Amino acid sequence: MTDGTYSTSSPERNRLREQCEREDLVMFINPCFAATRQNEYYTDRYLASVSIEFLHQYTLINYRLLYARTLAAGINHFNQLQIIFNLLQSGAPGDPRQRAEEGALIAAALRGLPPNRVYGLFTRLQQARINNRRTRAVIKTYLNWRREPDFDAIKYRNKFRSAAAHIHFQLDAELGRFLFDPSSQKTYTRPLLNQYRQAQYSASAIYELPFTVAESLAQTHQIPREVFLQKIQPKMTAAEKMRYQSTAARTKGVDIEFDLSRAGLTKLALYILSLKQRERRDRAVELQAALNSAATKALRRAPLALGRVAAVLDRSRSSLGSRERRNRPLGVALAASCLLRNTAREYRSFWTPENEEAEYEFLTRPAGQTALAEPLLAALEWRPDLIVIVSDGYENDPPQLVDQVARVYRETIGKGNTPEIVHMNPVFDADHYSPRRLGSTIPTVGLRDAEDIPTMLGFARFTAGTTKLEDLEAYLSHRVKRMLNSDET
Amino acid sequence: MKPEDLQQTISLKGLKLAPSQVLGGVRLAPVIRKQVREDLRLTRRPYHEDVAAVQLDQKTAYYSYIPHAFIADWSNDGSPAVAYGTQIRRLQKGQKNSDGRVHDLGFMTARVMKKMRKREDRNRLRFLPMDLSLEGFLSLHFGGPDVIWEEYSRAAIRDGLSPRCEMSVPGRWIKGLEDALRVFEIHENQVGSLIFVGDALASAFIVPHPDDYRDLHETLLTDDYGELLYFYGLYAQENRLHPADIDAKRVASLEDLRREVKRVRGDWSTLHTLMSDNLLDCPVHNEMVYKMGPFQLQRFMTELNPKAENHIGEAIVRKNGTLEYLKSYRLSAAQCRRAYLLMQLADSNWSVEACAEKLSCTTHELIYRLEKAGFGHLFHQHVHDKVQSMLRNAPW
Repeated sequence: MTDGTYSTSSPERNRLREQCEREDLVMFINPCFAATRQNEYYTDRYLASVSIEFLHQYTLINYRLLYARTLAAGINHFNQLQIIFNLLQSGAPGDPRQRAEEGALIAAALRGLPPNRVYGLFTRLQQARINNRRTRAVIKTYLNWRREPDFDAIKYRNKFRSAAAHIHFQLDAELGRFLFDPSSQKTYTRPLLNQYRQAQYSASAIYELPFTVAESLAQTHQIPREVFLQKIQPKMTAAEKMRYQSTAARTKGVDIEFDLSRAGLTKLALYILSLKQRERRDRAVELQAALNSAATKALRRAPLALGRVAAVLDRSRSSLGSRERRNRPLGVALAASCLLRNTAREYRSFWTPENEEAEYEFLTRPAGQTALAEPLLAALEWRPDLIVIVSDGYENDPPQLVDQVARVYRETIGKGNTPEIVHMNPVFDADHYSPRRLGSTIPTVGLRDAEDIPTMLGFARFTAGTTKLEDLEAYLSHRVKRMLNSDET
Repeated sequence: MKPEDLQQTISLKGLKLAPSQVLGGVRLAPVIRKQVREDLRLTRRPYHEDVAAVQLDQKTAYYSYIPHAFIADWSNDGSPAVAYGTQIRRLQKGQKNSDGRVHDLGFMTARVMKKMRKREDRNRLRFLPMDLSLEGFLSLHFGGPDVIWEEYSRAAIRDGLSPRCEMSVPGRWIKGLEDALRVFEIHENQVGSLIFVGDALASAFIVPHPDDYRDLHETLLTDDYGELLYFYGLYAQENRLHPADIDAKRVASLEDLRREVKRVRGDWSTLHTLMSDNLLDCPVHNEMVYKMGPFQLQRFMTELNPKAENHIGEAIVRKNGTLEYLKSYRLSAAQCRRAYLLMQLADSNWSVEACAEKLSCTTHELIYRLEKAGFGHLFHQHVHDKVQSMLRNAPW
């Protein structure tokens, strides 16, 4: 701009604006896969929440349409809820088409989320006193969609009540009495509500209730832990059974029947890592089989066929995660390894620090430093088509070497047939508003669960900075279409 | 003990430095031992008292906050020093043990000990880390003037420099150190760390065995640091260091690339050695403290140059010169100045004139400097007055 003014149609200006927009969007969507409002190994919860909240507000105000569409990009639950919250808070847009699309996206996203989180969101809306017409409609639609309002009323009692009260939801007489008149002595005609009423007085009646509800009542009735766990088993969900395995192991005379094949891949990896080393070794064959079947199942849902794949996996001390996300980075790396092994024609994994457990990968534990350069070299030597690096990005032995290795290899040795290198990062770095990058040569994507790897491999090309904004927009609208059409209800 | 057995410099023989890890203004450089031998082990014995008093001789005592003592176990024939299956005795709070006596004074608790280092068994020595070298530093010309010159006050002639005290800052006060130690990823064979605050060497800590280091890693937080480092911590930024990148011109094959990676790794080690050149491979005054089989416990002090970093510290050295244990303390600028002036004065036989001539300044200037350094009580009142009036009439 030699004359010091900006002409509106200047191609340079358009190019810059487009680049800026693309970078903004990538900068928003990418952390949405990994960021949570939780402590991480390197950053704390406060920093994380400030950082992610800023990103949300910035994108909401500048790119509202794409902000809503991000709901369909496969981002993690925390960020989906945050987007819905912000959209509801800021009111419906004027354009009817956009309004309709947003509404459909919100409804579809809510149905895909775990109900406890959705009820949590409703409570947040109530506490923030967000009560516009759209909010009321959204909550009402969701409550009507739920198949068993009795069950919800029992399991999420307080949250359900505050949501219903918030929007003046038309409850039927019995449910209304159940929620808002707790001292009522009358019996209910609905079995579940009646069961709950009985369980207040009788210790034997609690076993028909959902586990979490029964648990607190068991305290009131002073039922011994082992008796309670033994009897409540049929009412536990698969996730609850998995969660209570270790507790049950400490309690004498309780053996929770738990079907390993039902758990998702990353959950299963985290479960395996929570076991003691000896138990892992004793049950190695069984655990490995469960991992493989979980990986196959995940792949059936999102098919992916790869050729020769090498994975560079980080098991350094920081993959320990934080108290809230114990072993999460390591668990994701383990699950990713398992998934890639099952989908690739040929597969090899390179751990850093080197894994001494040759036979079963899950016998590993987090320790030592992050040295990614040598494993990458070893991977390159094997000449794969694709290299996936799963690491939290805090490379420290030495810093920023892996990027140099990748760059120099591409420039001098690999030239045309350099394998594609993708860095997948399960950790959000609050200081830099993004999952920490390894360098400019290697595209970095946030990774929620290992099951998302197929999605992330598609998304990675946007973070590399070579694609156009239209492509990103097309990608998002394609995901939106898929989300809205695949809705079974 | 022959003097030539003492280390003239602190050298990292048998050790190498790995690339550092940075968090905020704190940089930790891991020290890796190439060959780990099991014949010397170091453990910690925690103390819970607010203050400890250590009797040094009939007339002298040393008072300090002492969070823990180190226990060194060694074997003379090179066999593992701590046999498997040995019972590890842990002391309860307030329990009396061989380390003197615990007094509860109501408002505070105190421990009174007999010696700085104590042989507890044939092959076991208890010593107080850092305090050993600080005591050596404090006792530097502790007695005050040996020769009576007319400038010295009666109190100085009667009591010398007693009591001499130095302040230091606990590691917890240094901004970012606690977090840096928490998130630090300890290497497999790591036996020590160099701690840099604002990229100035704050302390070096090396132990004989990786397991010992893992156990003692967090004691770096309870250690003492010079008050200078506290300010460095406040103002330090996250610094990026970069040795030379991989040179694309020299790479034609994977083998070359591998070699370049190795070279960069080596450059990091060189870089850290350069950053700590005021401690490593620089001439030190050494003093043998205790002989323990094939090992020697020594304390050292770098040449007190007021313009450079100065460290005091202690080391356990194997007979062949391998460094088995090292702990250093960086003196703050004021501490250096004090020690430097004291040393100069003592070297010129406590004669103020001779010393002033040596430092090429006037006697008044020297006395003014000594006063500013905190040794004002050495001089007689009329000397003070004279210096003050000189300053008023002819300020320089």
